[in-house]
Amino acid sequence: MGRRSVLLFLLLFLPGIAHAADRVVVGSKNFEESRLLGEIFAQLLESRTKLTVERRLGLAGTQVCFEALKSGAIDVYPEYTGTGLVSLLGEPANLGRSAAMSRVRSEFLSRWNLWWISPLGFESSFEIAVPQELAEREHLTTISDLARISGRLRGGFGHEFVGREDGLPGLEKTYGLKFASVEHLQQAIQYQAAGDRRIDAMDAYTTDARLLRYNLVILRDDKNFFPPYEAAALVRGETLKRHPEVGAVLGLLAGAFDEDSMRALNFRLQEKGESEAVVARDALRALGLTGGGARPPETGRRTTGFAAYLWSERQTLARRTLEHLGLSAAALLLGVLVAVPLGLYLERKRRGAESAIRVLGLLQTVPSLALLAFMIPVLGVGIAPAIVALWLYSLYPIVRNTYSGVRDADPRAVDAATALGMTPGQILTQVRLPLAAPIILAGIRTAAVITVGTATLAAFIGAGGLGEPIITGLQLANARMILSGAIPAAALALLVDGALGWIEKALRPAGLG
Amino acid sequence: MLAPVSPATAPALEAINVSKTYPGGTSALAGVSLAVAPGETVALVGESGCGKTTLLRTFNRLVDPSAGIVRVEGRPVAETDPIGLRRRIGYVPQDGGLLPHWRIERNVELVPRLLGWDRDHARTRAREMLDLVGLAPDTHARRYPAELSGGQRQRVAFARALAADPPIILLDEPFGALDALTRLELHRQFQTLQETLHKTMVLVTHDLNEAFRLAGRIGVMKKGRLLQLATPDELTARPADGYVRELLELRHG
Repeated sequence: MGRRSVLLFLLLFLPGIAHAADRVVVGSKNFEESRLLGEIFAQLLESRTKLTVERRLGLAGTQVCFEALKSGAIDVYPEYTGTGLVSLLGEPANLGRSAAMSRVRSEFLSRWNLWWISPLGFESSFEIAVPQELAEREHLTTISDLARISGRLRGGFGHEFVGREDGLPGLEKTYGLKFASVEHLQQAIQYQAAGDRRIDAMDAYTTDARLLRYNLVILRDDKNFFPPYEAAALVRGETLKRHPEVGAVLGLLAGAFDEDSMRALNFRLQEKGESEAVVARDALRALGLTGGGARPPETGRRTTGFAAYLWSERQTLARRTLEHLGLSAAALLLGVLVAVPLGLYLERKRRGAESAIRVLGLLQTVPSLALLAFMIPVLGVGIAPAIVALWLYSLYPIVRNTYSGVRDADPRAVDAATALGMTPGQILTQVRLPLAAPIILAGIRTAAVITVGTATLAAFIGAGGLGEPIITGLQLANARMILSGAIPAAALALLVDGALGWIEKALRPAGLG
Repeated sequence: MLAPVSPATAPALEAINVSKTYPGGTSALAGVSLAVAPGETVALVGESGCGKTTLLRTFNRLVDPSAGIVRVEGRPVAETDPIGLRRRIGYVPQDGGLLPHWRIERNVELVPRLLGWDRDHARTRAREMLDLVGLAPDTHARRYPAELSGGQRQRVAFARALAADPPIILLDEPFGALDALTRLELHRQFQTLQETLHKTMVLVTHDLNEAFRLAGRIGVMKKGRLLQLATPDELTARPADGYVRELLELRHG
């Protein structure tokens, strides 16, 4: 394949790399409310501007969103002032609501040219929730009460909460909390676990609709540890300069919600299983910000069967499957282009080859999520970092098999070919490589299956693909949605394995049995 | 012995005081001298590790000696391009060493094609060679090595070694992996080829009977040294030392 066709291939499959001028990318974090706000931003921008809106919802946490925004991979995402103050600026949490907003506004503007616009009108603070029955039995009303008996209790907290200074570490210091055990859980699972009394305390947020359903009560933050968490849109200054209408349109949302209305919207997402597209549309209509328009597809209804659900999602699934294949194919192609020559080079050199291959093997043991996360500061979010990470994973099996396949190719045939006067080059191309082809292809096949499997994780950094419904489903505790990604992803892996197995057989040199 | 000789009477193959020591100190050859006349067949016998294969491999530069001079047709091989040298010397290894992914005819054409013959010529030649070694081209040419018996593969290896009509052929235990009956059959074939083609041949074998049957002279090697180089009759009549005598007794035992 020539260099030009490779480029063409990449351009076809990497639409995310080229940052089109009339495009705006909306991001969100990986929990319901953030996704919903992101979707509301996106729909509003779609109906009120001529911009093409791209969604990167469900990015893995605050740091990923923030890095993505700074690097320009996304243009806007919903953020909370308390998070900005404590997590991003690293400042103490001792400010009131409006003071916090003005502080983050001025600091973000001067440090990064990022704009906090249109405070949405509600606060969604961190809260500590405990099962009602426990609260009554132990007379718990404040977090100080909880601290008294925390040595006997099991905590279950979100991954981000455990790591943030305005989360568990600071809370422990302020209140002298010390749980008997602390588990790190996905948000959707925390509620389940608390409802089943497998954990005794968890982090929640004010506007969460599930507190009632699972019989949880919120304990008062009597030492005012948590800062105010006022929600707003955080936008790149460059985006506002390029498209002033983005600021104007998002400004329409200023003060549009309060805690009750937000909780009601979250309830529809969390408890009724409605899609964020539908809930966002209804919210915007109720605010009078968008007209009727076409109904977005109803998704996530729990009344229909799985097959019917898959059928209703077929277009989205087809697109995601293509994205998934595109990601995997690009990574694998780059892997082959690099790993086969590298394997041949190492075989030639021999010295140091084994250790070089071992280093690549070590790379294989880096957890995929960690590797994806490492990519963000360098390459931002989206397709490019995902492809680079997948590419790194694809190298080892191909290099190893190329190296050992060529090295161990039928030594007697190679000896005879040498003795009869073939040049080293002729031996490589006419003897070693053809004889090693089945082994090299087996390595490519292994790499392909790994790549297709790992590509589901790429959705964590906004690269799309079949991981998208899996991750969204995990965030929404929607098993059907998880399966709608997991089943096609597994099928795809099997299919790729089968197809490459067939190619392996077809390319196996005749005469090799 | 080191005096210049005229090309007409020059040995086809010549080793003068050749030693081979591997990095680490293992000595495979220790001062071996030997000359093979054009058209002559010399067998090298001895136990595994005695250096007979190493000596054979110095002639086509698969092994470069640490000391001493190796000449092929009067020219020191150290000054000869190994690729060109090898294309002018036939080679038959144990178990054939055929390229498993090539058809029989392509295997036989190998050297002619390396030498730049045109395809048709090479193919015609390959079929003649198969015929010569007793394989019907029509039934065998299009097959793959794995589809042939061990004896047939060995015949193909002979055809391949002969294809470009090299004056010299090196054989490294060519009959070693064959059953007794097939070996006898191939011995007969070998003798016929000797009579018709008059090639200079060096045959490495661990089978003394084979050496007696096929070679004009036999070199007995032990621990990297050539103990005696003589005709079968001479060897029987006047073994140079105890080891050679023991070896000859084993042959009859």
